[in-house]
Amino acid sequence: MSYSVIQAENLGKSYKLVRQIQPGKGYKTLQEDLRSALRWPLARLRGEANHKKETFWALKDVSFEVKQGEVLGIIGRNGAGKSTLLKLLARITEPSAGQARLVGRVGSLLEVGTGFHPELTGRENIYLNGAILGMSRQEIRRKFDEIVDFAEVEQFLDTPVKRYSSGMYVRLAFAVAAHLEPEILIVDEVLAVGDSRFQEKCLGKMSSVAHEGRTILFVSHSMAAVQQLCSTGIVLDRGRVVFNGPVEQAIAKYTERNTGLVQGIDLADRPDRKGSQALRFTSVSLHDEQDRPIERVLSGQDLRLRFYYDSDKAYDKALVNLAFNIYSPQGVLLTNLNTKDVAQSYLPIGRKGYFECQWPRFNLRSGVYTCTLFCELNGSIVDWIQSAFQLHVEDGDFFNTGSLVERVQGDVLVAYDWYSRIG
Amino acid sequence: MNEPNNPELRLDPHLPITYIRPTKGWAALNLGDLWRYRELLLILAQRDVKLRYKQTVLGVIWVILQPLLAAFIFAVIFGRFANLPSDGFPYLLFTYAGLLVWNYFSESVGRAGPSLLDQSRLITKVYFPRLLIPLSSTVGVLVDLTVALVVILGMLFFFAVAPTWQLLTLPLWLLLVTVVAAGVGLWLSALSVYYRDFIFAVPFVLQVGLYASPVVYSASLVPEKLRGLYALNPLVGAIEGVRWAVLGRSIITWEMTAVSAGIALLTFLSGLFFFRRVERTFADVI
Repeated sequence: MSYSVIQAENLGKSYKLVRQIQPGKGYKTLQEDLRSALRWPLARLRGEANHKKETFWALKDVSFEVKQGEVLGIIGRNGAGKSTLLKLLARITEPSAGQARLVGRVGSLLEVGTGFHPELTGRENIYLNGAILGMSRQEIRRKFDEIVDFAEVEQFLDTPVKRYSSGMYVRLAFAVAAHLEPEILIVDEVLAVGDSRFQEKCLGKMSSVAHEGRTILFVSHSMAAVQQLCSTGIVLDRGRVVFNGPVEQAIAKYTERNTGLVQGIDLADRPDRKGSQALRFTSVSLHDEQDRPIERVLSGQDLRLRFYYDSDKAYDKALVNLAFNIYSPQGVLLTNLNTKDVAQSYLPIGRKGYFECQWPRFNLRSGVYTCTLFCELNGSIVDWIQSAFQLHVEDGDFFNTGSLVERVQGDVLVAYDWYSRIG
Repeated sequence: MNEPNNPELRLDPHLPITYIRPTKGWAALNLGDLWRYRELLLILAQRDVKLRYKQTVLGVIWVILQPLLAAFIFAVIFGRFANLPSDGFPYLLFTYAGLLVWNYFSESVGRAGPSLLDQSRLITKVYFPRLLIPLSSTVGVLVDLTVALVVILGMLFFFAVAPTWQLLTLPLWLLLVTVVAAGVGLWLSALSVYYRDFIFAVPFVLQVGLYASPVVYSASLVPEKLRGLYALNPLVGAIEGVRWAVLGRSIITWEMTAVSAGIALLTFLSGLFFFRRVERTFADVI
């Protein structure tokens, strides 16, 4: 029999979206407010709608229960409301509806190194960060050696952290957080930092924390980490809970939702294009090896890209130089895939149809890649769209090892093998 | 994977219970929470002080130098050239007593004003009573105040002004300044989150405030009938009070003290409640 330490009932968080009449004005100024305050009573008298405000629910009707010692994974796509939920439970922001009851002290770790100051030394930052996360000075002093040991920064304790390497910085920041002892620990995507050895260490630390009877809420995009750490999972989609149960099922549900029916990327109405438009692209869609449309690509997956077009004329065989450039998340041109290099330029064309590019064992690491699409027909440019579509890539099992390859360094994955010869 | 249920674990019945729900209207001050985080107040203040003098060669000497130099300049300009009255005291000593209060006030307010914006990362990433941020600015300036107090005691000795029993009331007058400074800081920091205009307004208002308070001149310049009104600026009571305590003589009256103290308290309390009322949306708008 375990005790319930978190009970959330119909939690909701809404934001007011104000239609911007003057674009580019993000912040309120006193002037605007005074002006509308003057105008407002008049508008009210006249019975006009006062503001063009829309309510957006980032989170709605979220109910769940967490028992003591449970490690709950919260999964969902970007914008599904995961971080909002954590912020509500961590009391960073107030809910707009519903309520929650938490038993015990709550520690939150939504970012490593919250409150770290680059000018202060490692030692000073341990105290500062610890205090911000809710530890008492005495508690920090008691755990000081353990923290330093875990972070492996003994020699640099009295160096300002601005001179730390990024690895050292992250290790120190996580070490402080890992030694928090609240009854409930709320952790956002913070394990995606540091090298893999350190990540393992962090995961290990977190599971031992859970074994001591602490309750953990854990958000991560890494299904591998969620599976390793969590016992139960909640799947969020557009601010609502769509699944709550054992973690394996939650992950399955999440994966299934993300590979469900997906709309292609519409290009028909793109005005920013060049070329004669004798042939024009209408949409792009992505498919897995079984031809199911997908929205996101997993590293290692067999991918098919389909480029749908309308053409003024049909050809039995035309000289088609179709190409698309792929730009890395940092905007660097990674590569160009085209029909010419592989000597597959002579293709039949109908009034409608699609070209398909088959890309076995997709070898880019997770991230968002932007692609430019280009087509030359019988020597003249017919369509050319910059930033035509994006490839959303997620961690996948590229090397068939049973674990996900994460974005650590670089963008490209290469299939390779290692041997060792002696003598 | 972990087995969630360990039957040996029992929940301690004394654990704090947190309720999370939307609040409407005025929020309670939640002093208990503030008390639980009292160490953080000191640590944040300590950080401010450390950061201020990191990588400076003179370090803490700046704390003494800044107000002293300012007092000298004022003494020359206003005491010598403008011949403003200093109630018969050496002008330097007289001005320094005023500057001590004024610097404490303006430093606190100047730091507290943008403090929430400066700490926006903290506000969006971790919970702690947000009141601590502007309040820690005031606490951090206490270091400067302490140094300034040592300097003025040295000046008393130098100018051979004998301290009286009134010196014992000094902490009360300083408390009055603290209350004003914290109150104004609370108001300005909270307002700056919503209206960036205040960031620009603060330095200007402080500049005006220096002349609206009896720092470089004596409150005796103000006609006696108007002094009660003049004391609506709570710094009037505070500065003349400090002069009364340190120099042994001032034109301050009970009436002026009451008016200034009343306004100070009002500023502080309204600041606290206003801050609590608006802080719930800080993380959403900052």
